[in-house]
Amino acid sequence: MFEPRIVCFFCKWCTYAGADLAGTSRKQYPPNGVVVRVNCSGRIDPQHVLWAFREGADGVLVGGCHPGDCHYEEGNHKTMRRVQFLKRTLEDMGVEPERLHLDWISAAEGEKLVHVMSDFVDTIKELGPLELGLKEQEKVV
Amino acid sequence: MEERMGVFVCHCGTNIAGVVDVKRVAEELADYPGVAYSTDYTYMCSDPGQNLVKDAIKKHNLTGVIVAACSPTLHEATFRRAGTAAGMNQYQVEIANIREQCSWVHQGDKEAATSKAIRTIKVMIEKARLDEALEPISVPMTPRALVVGGGIAGIQAALDVANAGHEVILVEKSASIGGHMAQLSETFPTLDCSQCIMTPKMVEVAQHPKIKLMTYSEVDDVSGYVGNFKVRIKKKAAYVNRDVCTGCGLCVEKCPAKTPSEFDEQLADRKAIYTPFPQAVPNKPVLDAEHCTYFLKDGKCGICAKVCPLDCIDYEQKDEFIEVEVGAIVVATGYDLYPIENLGEYGGGKYPDVITGLQFERMLSASGPTGGEVLRPSNGESPKEVVFLTCCGSRDTENHLPYCSKICCMYLTKHAMLYKHKVHDGQAYVFYMDVRTGGKGYEEFYTRAAEEDDVLYLRGKVSKIFEEDGKVMVWGVDTLSGKKIEIAADMAVLGLATVPNKAAAELANMLKIHTDEWGFLSEAHPKLRPVEALAPGFYLAGAAQGPKDIPECVAQASAAASKVAALFAESEYHREPVIAVIDEDTCAGCRVCISVCPYDAAEFDDEKKVARIKEAICEGCGACIAACPSGSAQQKNLTDEQLYKMVSAALEV
Repeated sequence: MFEPRIVCFFCKWCTYAGADLAGTSRKQYPPNGVVVRVNCSGRIDPQHVLWAFREGADGVLVGGCHPGDCHYEEGNHKTMRRVQFLKRTLEDMGVEPERLHLDWISAAEGEKLVHVMSDFVDTIKELGPLELGLKEQEKVV
Repeated sequence: MEERMGVFVCHCGTNIAGVVDVKRVAEELADYPGVAYSTDYTYMCSDPGQNLVKDAIKKHNLTGVIVAACSPTLHEATFRRAGTAAGMNQYQVEIANIREQCSWVHQGDKEAATSKAIRTIKVMIEKARLDEALEPISVPMTPRALVVGGGIAGIQAALDVANAGHEVILVEKSASIGGHMAQLSETFPTLDCSQCIMTPKMVEVAQHPKIKLMTYSEVDDVSGYVGNFKVRIKKKAAYVNRDVCTGCGLCVEKCPAKTPSEFDEQLADRKAIYTPFPQAVPNKPVLDAEHCTYFLKDGKCGICAKVCPLDCIDYEQKDEFIEVEVGAIVVATGYDLYPIENLGEYGGGKYPDVITGLQFERMLSASGPTGGEVLRPSNGESPKEVVFLTCCGSRDTENHLPYCSKICCMYLTKHAMLYKHKVHDGQAYVFYMDVRTGGKGYEEFYTRAAEEDDVLYLRGKVSKIFEEDGKVMVWGVDTLSGKKIEIAADMAVLGLATVPNKAAAELANMLKIHTDEWGFLSEAHPKLRPVEALAPGFYLAGAAQGPKDIPECVAQASAAASKVAALFAESEYHREPVIAVIDEDTCAGCRVCISVCPYDAAEFDDEKKVARIKEAICEGCGACIAACPSGSAQQKNLTDEQLYKMVSAALEV
């Protein structure tokens, strides 16, 4: 059975805290994602996402504060625009844009985190493993 | 220098070890490149656990420490201190979260949880490998507090901070401080007169040499960070020179324009120029231009200006903006009642004899619209049957709000009791779901109402209220006897849910304080940091954080004040140094970083033609780093190189 590998970039103020709340509340979700904590979703460079796919990720989940709630004024607005652009780029490269998902999950939304994570894992399972067709020497060790 | 990483896997009793195979984790990571020492222990945060970390740092000459345990929000500080004590730089100690984000959420799949824990720790090893030794950034502290909201919570917080010797600016949006507590008649469970215990505190605020009271004012803008906030306060045009006014009240007396009083909950009128209530602090009127004849009819009136003996009336007055600098902000914006309009099943506010709890308070108050008599609003007669309803909007997941508003059981008990004290031959009914009496003396108070004052408690919910033949028909069910109940009452009092103050949402947004899905302000930790917001420098007090009674509001306000006083005890604040830095050698001077920085922390050096980060201002959001086309901007201890390696580690098979 295909178990997707997922990288989760979570901002520390909202989504990371929401994920902590899901844990404190003992809500259960699939273990496919590993979290990389950043100060703000606006810290995420498109190259970080592309790197994740290159390194074998089947999906990338970016979690930030709701629009208007960003701890740093508007970092999440920048993320929103970057992710839109990045989805088009992914499509051009032959990668299904659904493999990149951005969602707003606040520190109080442990339940939402569970839904987003579970739905995303389902989506990636349906899409199947990502085959980039990298030549052996292009693969990063 | 050779990397020598130490990995410390915590069992957290069975919290982690019950799901994650901690032994295997520690063993596998011992073979990971750069790891010099790897072990597991039952409680890493205990003294022996911390000593284990300290000893290992010294014995194995570790260059980085990764503690795999609970969320970094809990014990990052603990292990940083332990690292420092063992001679290591605190910013080379990292936490891998394998409890909240692993063992607790993957309880059904031990194998997958163990594998995820290993990858989660590898991510942090990769980060720690490149962590630099950093020192916290010291910034000056402005030992002055801003308290927003002049209800009992804001008043208590302001007094406590001021009595600790620090300046306080107390901002209140209405014309007087006092908040909802000033509206109450008596308070449960002692039946203290609310105003009698409230007004001395209000006066103390006004007279305190350390407190600058700004009523009829609102926070307009906030920038900066802990220790160094810049706040713009809007002093709304009162059309009265309140510095000169003596509060003689002649203008109020002669004013011909009337509008329903907010303080009396629309049960009586106030004038267009008014002080909200007799004991208002400051006891000086404001003019409400929306209802003033002078403003509505192009200058035809002006009676207040004519009668004022000190020429205080100034129709040309404009909103004034005042800039202040403060080091900490206490938010005590309080609550509102859930709108009665939302309860269509109870008439939605269209029946005059179906009133809110706060309206009943005003009716009970000796200084209220009826002089303390309980009278039917429809005809002014004494009501002989009154029904009190708890949970109007609360604990109703399907139609309204799921949470318990906490105070309604008690205040409706008080209402029923006071009604019986005033109308001896009357009958009081209370419909309840559960009577919640958690508080000192509360259960006894409830027993007294039921036994001594013959208040009839009926367990069940009212399905419908409607008017018939001049009566308020209340249809409900007594679930204990299983009988349908129909009461032809004279009056019904609704214990409406408490919701956050309308203005609080905008303020919370401005201050970047998180709110829960109902709009109540979120505390940093639900158990252990209940009066702090997640962002440093912001503190919470009172019902803005969740439904609360008066003693709880006062306790929380004092707690928030003590946090502020502790913050002000140091002349400097130490900020996290994980900020942006620009490599001058590779910076092309494109200025993209300057354009994306929300804090103006990036500046251009005209001589060198490169950008530079102002250390004291940078918050470390990383916007400039993600935007920099040449990779010259980097975040200390979260560089792109670190992120790439962390991502790779997250994906290791």
